[in-house]
Amino acid sequence: MSGSAGPNNADPEQDRVGPMLDVSDLAVSFGEQSVVSGVDFSVDRGSLVGLVGPNGAGKTTVLRAVKGTLNPDNGTVCVDGEPISDRSAKAVSRLVASTPQGTALSFDFSVRQTVEMGRTPHLGRFDRMDEADRRAVERAMERASVTQFADRPFTLLSGGERQRVLLARALAQETPVLLLDEPTANLDINHAVRTLELVRTLVEDGKTAVAAIHDLNLAARYCDELVLLAGGGIRAAGRPADVLTSDTLRDAFDAETLVTTQPGTDAPLVTPLAEQESVARRVHVVGTGKPAASAVSALVGAGCRVSVGVVPAGDIAAERARDLGCEAVTIPAFAGIDDAARERAVELARAADAVVIAGETGEGNSAVIEAGDTFLAVETDESTHASTAHDTVPLAALPAAVRSLPPAPEHDATPPLNQSTTD
Amino acid sequence: MRFAGRTVGWSAGLVAVLCAVVTTSAGIGPVWIPPDVVGKVLLNAVVVPTGISISGPAIDVTTAHMFSYGVSDLQTQIVMQVRLPRILLGAVVGFSLAAAGTIMQGIFRNPMADPSIIGVSSGAAVGAVGFIVAPVVIPFGLGLRGAAFAGALVAAFGVYLIATRNGRTPVATLLLAGVAIQTFLGAVVSFLLLHSGESIRRALYWLMGHLKGASWPEVTTSVVLVAVPFVVLLAYARDLNVMLLGEEDAQSLGIEVERTKRVLLALSAVITAAGVAVAGIVGFVGLIVPHVMRLLVGPDHRILLPTAALAGASFLVATDTLARSGSAEVPVGIVTAVLGAPFFLYLLRKREVHEL
Repeated sequence: MSGSAGPNNADPEQDRVGPMLDVSDLAVSFGEQSVVSGVDFSVDRGSLVGLVGPNGAGKTTVLRAVKGTLNPDNGTVCVDGEPISDRSAKAVSRLVASTPQGTALSFDFSVRQTVEMGRTPHLGRFDRMDEADRRAVERAMERASVTQFADRPFTLLSGGERQRVLLARALAQETPVLLLDEPTANLDINHAVRTLELVRTLVEDGKTAVAAIHDLNLAARYCDELVLLAGGGIRAAGRPADVLTSDTLRDAFDAETLVTTQPGTDAPLVTPLAEQESVARRVHVVGTGKPAASAVSALVGAGCRVSVGVVPAGDIAAERARDLGCEAVTIPAFAGIDDAARERAVELARAADAVVIAGETGEGNSAVIEAGDTFLAVETDESTHASTAHDTVPLAALPAAVRSLPPAPEHDATPPLNQSTTD
Repeated sequence: MRFAGRTVGWSAGLVAVLCAVVTTSAGIGPVWIPPDVVGKVLLNAVVVPTGISISGPAIDVTTAHMFSYGVSDLQTQIVMQVRLPRILLGAVVGFSLAAAGTIMQGIFRNPMADPSIIGVSSGAAVGAVGFIVAPVVIPFGLGLRGAAFAGALVAAFGVYLIATRNGRTPVATLLLAGVAIQTFLGAVVSFLLLHSGESIRRALYWLMGHLKGASWPEVTTSVVLVAVPFVVLLAYARDLNVMLLGEEDAQSLGIEVERTKRVLLALSAVITAAGVAVAGIVGFVGLIVPHVMRLLVGPDHRILLPTAALAGASFLVATDTLARSGSAEVPVGIVTAVLGAPFFLYLLRKREVHEL
């Protein structure tokens, strides 16, 4: 696996060959209960790999096996080419640092004392911390932004602050490999992003990191590669965009999701959808501007399959539809509706359970509206379709209104919905 | 270094306190001896240790000026032969119980743990009461102290074996195995007491914990038994700090958790056994003293372990002085419990206990 980070030749670690971390055929069970089996993956030097998967998939278990605190039933974990089981705890602790999800510490050590414990691997039994150790501790506290409460008792910190202290402790270990178990679970959005940016920086500087992250979008944004664990094994592994697809997520999480792209990056954006009904409603939206865009969002969020059109390209409704993976029948801006576009839109409207009118429909869409069996109009300030011909509902009530409609009669030739057409 | 300075400062202060307590205590008794006289007696003993030759029961006041300080032979004899062995034994026992209590609270990550938690005291009780009630069943010609010491170690080792599986000894299992073994051994002691007949008074007196009848050889033996393991424990103080993070974290910080636990358990069992064997069951020292010292100096074992041990020594000397200075002597175990329990409850109410 190779990360997006460029190789850093200044670090001698980078010159070594082979992956930094290699897990092969790992199997772990607790008593009779098998947790994971057949887990195979490797992590290149200077890359960040995210372990994702549903609760109980074994993310923490895999991390524990990698840091050597759990004896696997089968398989080996190699760090820097040598099996971890052949090394002493001290040797491992100089190679691999980890942040646990929580800690049992119940005595009043200060934050600084807690971080200083991260230097244990580098100290002999009769050694005292020297200047270099102290600098490492200060630097670790600074990087994890815990310096401001360095002298407070650890036990009096909030969950998020504790998590940052544990990160500082791991950084003080100054190891080439960093294992993070839910490093952002208790963090606010600011510190979650700062923590992952920090990990990213460390990785660009040559560290190798594995993080169990339950937030798929953060994982997708920051990790070079993802390993999706579910049902006791690896379901998918590779680049985030390849791992996080609706199909693999449905498989792994038993949930319907919508996968699009995070704004400003090419990382996938996973949006969970509401619990699907047995028959997903198919809705065609006619309209433009913000009202139509909002209607599309609301309907997609409620699990409807949505199409839009005809709408001018570049209209916010068209953009929204594309972002959410819905088909939008578009025409160039300021051009009249051509026959091909009208035909496709009519086709979609006919196949839909309902046609929803939201905002200005524009010229030439009356054929599309009339093609549908059932109409709903979304209330807007300047509603132009508040006629008695169809029900007018507020936006908030739209999904419920669509759901309460009788299913459309089966059409003989229901055209398939295309995924996001682009003209 | 600031931290090392703090440790030395606290330890030196507590040594001074211990000297003061010992000196005062040696003056207290049926015959009052002023502290300055006690000090002179002690200094005489220290400066010319080979010069002390008290010839049996003969007490001649006219030869009072044979040492560098002028003190009477009677006073010297009272201090050196009657009071000091008991006081020093008290100091050693207090030292050992407080040190072992500190270690146990660390291993169990629980401020409510005490040295007898792995069955040491119960084992010692079976050994001692067994010796008192039925000396014939005690093998190897062990005396009362020997039987108690052996019983303590056997019980602790048994608890350890029961709690160990596949080379791992989870502290929760250790704790529960300790409770079960303590209950079982308690039943054995009760049974022995039922059939103790005439010797029940002696057995009960032992069970309550006392320092009566201490002798110099006992002091020497217990000093050696406590000092050697204690020095090793000091070398493990930082490991014990890291163990407080939890065993999994400790291991990922490079501590060989199981080995460290074995060493700590074995050494603190020996220390506790050495204390209990000579003094019987003295409660609360090993629980209260580490607790209080943790409030004063913080949880770092590099400073907590030596200071708690020294404070334990002073505490037991002081309470034993109280125990023997009343009109009728009471076992010191009663005094420590009477003073310790309310204080403990006060701490419990005042300070929130974070986690158990």
